[in-house]
Amino acid sequence: MSALLDISHLTVSFDLPTGAVEAVKDVSFQVPAGETVALVGESGSGKSVTSTAIMRLLPDLARIEGEIRFDGQVLNRLSPKAIRRLRGNDIGMIFQEPMTSLNPMHRIGRQIGEVLRRHKGMNGDQARTRVLELLTQVGIPEPERRIQSYPHELSGGQRQRVMIAMALACDPKLLIADEPTTALDVTVQAQILQLLKSLQQRYGMAILFITHDLTLVRHFADRVCVMQHGHLVESGLTREVFDAPQHAYTRMLLAAEPKGRKVPVNEDSPLVLDARDIRVRFTTKRRMFGPDDTFEAVRGISLKVKRGQTVGIVGESGSGKSTLGRALLRLLPSEGTIAFDQQALEGLDQKALRPLRSRLQVVFQDPFGSLSPRMTVGEIISEGLRVHHPELSRRERDARVVEALKDVSLDPAMRARYPHEFSGGQRQRIAIARAVVLKPEFLLLDEPTSALDRSVQVTVVELLRDLQQKYDMTYLFISHDLAVVRAMSDTVLVMKNGEVVESGTTEAIFDHPSMPYTQALIEASFLNRAA
Amino acid sequence: MLSYILKRLAFAIPTLLIVITISFFLMRVAPGGPFDGERQLPPEIEANLEAVYHLDEPLPMQYLRYMNNLVHGDFGPSFKYKDFSVTELIMQGFPVSLEIGGLAIALALLIGLPLGVIAALKRNSAADYFVMSLALGGIAVPNFVIAPIMALVFGVLLGWLPAGGWNGGAWPNLVLPVVALSIQQIAYIARMMRASMIETLGSHFIRTARAKGLNEMQVVMRHALRPAMLPVVSYLGPAIAGIVTGSVVIEQIFGIPGIGRYFVQGALNRDYTLVMGTVVFYGALIVLMNLLVDLLYSVLDPQIRYDD
Repeated sequence: MSALLDISHLTVSFDLPTGAVEAVKDVSFQVPAGETVALVGESGSGKSVTSTAIMRLLPDLARIEGEIRFDGQVLNRLSPKAIRRLRGNDIGMIFQEPMTSLNPMHRIGRQIGEVLRRHKGMNGDQARTRVLELLTQVGIPEPERRIQSYPHELSGGQRQRVMIAMALACDPKLLIADEPTTALDVTVQAQILQLLKSLQQRYGMAILFITHDLTLVRHFADRVCVMQHGHLVESGLTREVFDAPQHAYTRMLLAAEPKGRKVPVNEDSPLVLDARDIRVRFTTKRRMFGPDDTFEAVRGISLKVKRGQTVGIVGESGSGKSTLGRALLRLLPSEGTIAFDQQALEGLDQKALRPLRSRLQVVFQDPFGSLSPRMTVGEIISEGLRVHHPELSRRERDARVVEALKDVSLDPAMRARYPHEFSGGQRQRIAIARAVVLKPEFLLLDEPTSALDRSVQVTVVELLRDLQQKYDMTYLFISHDLAVVRAMSDTVLVMKNGEVVESGTTEAIFDHPSMPYTQALIEASFLNRAA
Repeated sequence: MLSYILKRLAFAIPTLLIVITISFFLMRVAPGGPFDGERQLPPEIEANLEAVYHLDEPLPMQYLRYMNNLVHGDFGPSFKYKDFSVTELIMQGFPVSLEIGGLAIALALLIGLPLGVIAALKRNSAADYFVMSLALGGIAVPNFVIAPIMALVFGVLLGWLPAGGWNGGAWPNLVLPVVALSIQQIAYIARMMRASMIETLGSHFIRTARAKGLNEMQVVMRHALRPAMLPVVSYLGPAIAGIVTGSVVIEQIFGIPGIGRYFVQGALNRDYTLVMGTVVFYGALIVLMNLLVDLLYSVLDPQIRYDD
């Protein structure tokens, strides 16, 4: 069998001032025509570098060794002109970032048409006809109108559809899809994968599918190649690899689904948070005369949380889940009543709230952006203590920092270092330590695991559960990731458009979802099949 | 769009009011007055003069009188250039400054933009280092050094161009002042364009453009140029306002009858009305240029819209 894409002994190194760094080491695999091959690995495994090397889109300081053979030609020896003839023509590519991968200044019709004019020599009218055809195929509604749209006028899912239309415009033999659904909501992700699948059947193209998400691979790929630290550690038919993984790393990845359930709280546990009819309005446009235009992001939600409980809030982007979380902690102004430990929060101004802040803490999604880069880890963790417990001596503060770092399983000796010296998972632990050092009773966790690799997620989920037991903390856990929510929560709130669609115990929601929206969410995240 | 423009112009009024008020009182706080010269005037004459120009009135009264005149479009008479009103002085000088400044900006864009793009494309190469060293030189060497040297070399030693004088705006007289004025701007624009181009070339949609099979020329011209120009455009607003209102140094060195010199001479002479006139004019021009820049932004970037 001669494969469409045949990569043999590929090594990619970057000539950095500090010396050469090998990102891909002696990797060989094949993509047969018409099949889907998944390249799987966690961040830093070299999977994206591999796919970018095929298109020769790596920066100049990258050095490629080995052979990338595509359809009888050796891509890494082609002249720049020859490789440009293949790009967008025989090989299409879609990327992880649908929000930024389209030129914000050009209409989408022009952006898709550009490929056709470049490779097929079409004139304006011919290109327009084909673009309309493509937009229809990728499921963009009202293509006649949308062809005139700018990217910012489309949603993330629609932009990714436009990217797909662009990649497929010239009937490529190979489509490289680099994490094409990672930035999208689960239901949209399912639609995009479905679309790719049906287009593949229609055009008979091969797909090289790069992803970190094994659940997707199982449902989408014929073959799978697993990468770790630049090496290809295992490859084979998807079914075989999933049924009988040979390499320890593959087994670890496959086991990396968050497991277990939270220990339930006592029935008679006291109420910690009692929120009624919470509404949050944002002003979208101020008017000099008449009322401002507003958008209601949270529409009358009531919520009771018992001590030691975890309430999971799930929903897609824009459902209002983060807004609700912030409103409950009075980080955003809202209507309705909020009682924390029987004390009304809604009348208090920020100054009056300050003593309560040590009892109500937050951990945010982005472990890269939410830690100040100019402060040491020790300073970041101890800052809250300085504010809320000024009576502590320096030595006592330091002892608390050491304890907090031990709590999150980090070496206390690391407190003199700066955030950039840590990995994503370690940073999220630091962010958790920063919150936990104050011994809060209530912790808002806003997508705390979303930016992390699966295997790291599992450890963070376990850590959070252990800390909750140890300090009798109450969690409000916001996530779009149902697997994580299931492993963390006692009860679940499903949100859509600022309203609660469905709520109940974790078992009830996951095992017997009653609302179609909840069913769709669970269906789309492949949970029922993977579990 | 129209309502946006009207709104912006309406917001300009309080801005200008504050500028005028602060400059008015600052000017009066400064020691000395318009009639303090080397020769001490007899007190009666000085009193007469002050009465003529209402300088004997209480300061708030003078302020109100000035504002009233201003609203009626009257900048008042110049204290030093007798027989001229401030309006006449500005109207005489401004076209000259505008011509020199406008040409200098055009030249700066014509040279600075391509230099910046080339430096960005050939990043960390000899061409890049060469352009950036030149730019650094252009910024570091002040124009009161460059201008006399140019006048000396091209005007006196080589005799190719007139070393000074306006001559009714004949082109040989324009060359040296325009070039001298543009050097610093070329340097700024090239540096800014390089930085912005490098940033744009690293963005995701440029990777998409390359993945489509476009060549570097097409990638740069069709996809990178326009977004990369945005920071330069926002710099141009205040820069143009600053340059077309005249450069004191260039106008002094080349003997050009623009309005730049009025700024300094007016201030030194305590020519209250002239200083105020130029300040109001400069302020209004800045506001106007910033508005134009913002409108141009919406033309360049479809994500920015000013409709209701």
